Amino acid sequence: MTARRKEEGRWAWRLTGFVTLCVYIFMFAPIVATVILSFNASMFGGFPMTGFSLQWYAKLMNNDAVLSAFRTSLWIAVVTAAVATAVGVVTAFALVRFEFPGKQALSTLVILPALVPETILGVGLLVLIKAVDQPRTMLLLVLGHIMLAVPYVVLIAQARMVGIRRVYEEAALSLGASRFSSFREITLPLLIPAVVGGALLAFTISFDNTSASLFWRPAGVETMPTQILSMLKISISPEINALGTVMILVTVGIPLIGGLILESLTKLKRRGEPKGEA
Amino acid sequence: MNKRWTLYDPRLAWMLVAPVLLLLIFLLVLPIAMMAAYTFFTFVTAGVETSALTTANWHEFLTDSYYSGFLLKTLRVGAITALLCGVLGYFPAYFIWATTFRHKWVLLLLLIVPFWISFTIRTFSWINILGEQGVINVALLKMGIISEPLPMLYNGGAVILGLLHFLLPYMILNVYVSLEGIDRTLISAARSMGCTSAQAFREVTLPLSLPGLAAGLLLCFVLAAGSYVTPQLLGSGRDALFGNLIYDTILGELNWPMGATLSIVLFIVLGFFAAIYTRYMGMSQIVKGLGG
Repeated sequence: MTARRKEEGRWAWRLTGFVTLCVYIFMFAPIVATVILSFNASMFGGFPMTGFSLQWYAKLMNNDAVLSAFRTSLWIAVVTAAVATAVGVVTAFALVRFEFPGKQALSTLVILPALVPETILGVGLLVLIKAVDQPRTMLLLVLGHIMLAVPYVVLIAQARMVGIRRVYEEAALSLGASRFSSFREITLPLLIPAVVGGALLAFTISFDNTSASLFWRPAGVETMPTQILSMLKISISPEINALGTVMILVTVGIPLIGGLILESLTKLKRRGEPKGEA
Repeated sequence: MNKRWTLYDPRLAWMLVAPVLLLLIFLLVLPIAMMAAYTFFTFVTAGVETSALTTANWHEFLTDSYYSGFLLKTLRVGAITALLCGVLGYFPAYFIWATTFRHKWVLLLLLIVPFWISFTIRTFSWINILGEQGVINVALLKMGIISEPLPMLYNGGAVILGLLHFLLPYMILNVYVSLEGIDRTLISAARSMGCTSAQAFREVTLPLSLPGLAAGLLLCFVLAAGSYVTPQLLGSGRDALFGNLIYDTILGELNWPMGATLSIVLFIVLGFFAAIYTRYMGMSQIVKGLGG
């Protein structure tokens, strides 16, 4: 009887492994297909492949609309990453280290932008500036992106902050360091993995954002995703596949390299860190 | 105790959270409040409205079955997507948690990578799989199994597939985080008391991972029901969801009061589900899930 049960367990485990494999294939198949098709020589965006060609990349390099959307998205994402990280890390520090009235409400409020559908956030901000009769500006778009990225930075920084024991700061303070220098010299270096991780995530969130950007962008401004969306309205061409491949390289390549560096920095620390310490 | 109060002065805390507080008040709280007010404004003509108060927008929303139909369809798509995510996502989460494979982090990383890839690109890439010249149709045609390309794109199924692709990592990571929190000695204990591995799973592992599963279901439901891009790219006009309706009402018809009304409705409905969830599960699980 035990043998039969063992057999059942093995089958359940095999099934789990099989479904897992299918899910991974499901996750990567369309991405792989897009990358492959970007090298298609045919001018129709589909299979079968008629030959290998880089012409669509060359065409992309001369597409002014795409290049300018790329530049716009890039600098919005850089500004968003910088500001959202600074604001988010400081907030996480306050939420973990301090006790103050309204703390619970604030930590709920902080993660709301990640839970409220972007369409609603998009419309809301638009209604507000319409009510006070202001035009849509780049500043608004950037501020909006910062709001969308902040929850993730705060959550990442909070998770790490909880693992940093406060005695280190207290030691520095008791030795006469100022609040600011104890944060700079003690807390911040320990938080570096969260800072880098948060910044990378904020960058990709901003660079990828579509729905909210559609509402917030000033007239005539296209970000990369809105540009892609308007190109898709015409047709799916190999050029779009090439563009997709470039975007995949940018959004996966940069965090991946950053993440691998991070991983080697923190590999030793991550295991066995007490979670509840605070 | 006294020392701690001077070290961690609440006034300093307020200064530290001030930027985030200002940002959220001006970009989140005030806009939603303004939107709520706008639902009572009078629509004159495209792009023009007056602040003369009226309940016409709410009346129209509540009486016209066009809107309730949209809402129901959106909630149905959200629920189907969330349930499929739950079923399909539990296996990989369990597998990654239980595997003896040494480089687990690679498996996790592979799930996080799709998060980074532009959502718009991930969505349109399905056209390369499902389209008339997509992988499936071309392969089936070549093999002679079908003579006409199957119409797999621009329907409700394609929308749900696209949403699944977008949301599965959320679900898997949520369940995984929850499983990671289980004390493994409990399972050894159950086994040593004579449970089979199936019983140990049913009696110990599954119940203890339910909070993660529930958080994943809520996240997937909310994000699916609020989606705009996926129905736009993978669905036909009939598969538009509430997000598309809002977008068209605001930026197409320029009917701002009605658009605001629809946004508030979606906000309230999704908020209602989130409130039920937090009532029973608390907020912490979602926080864990979002943080990866």
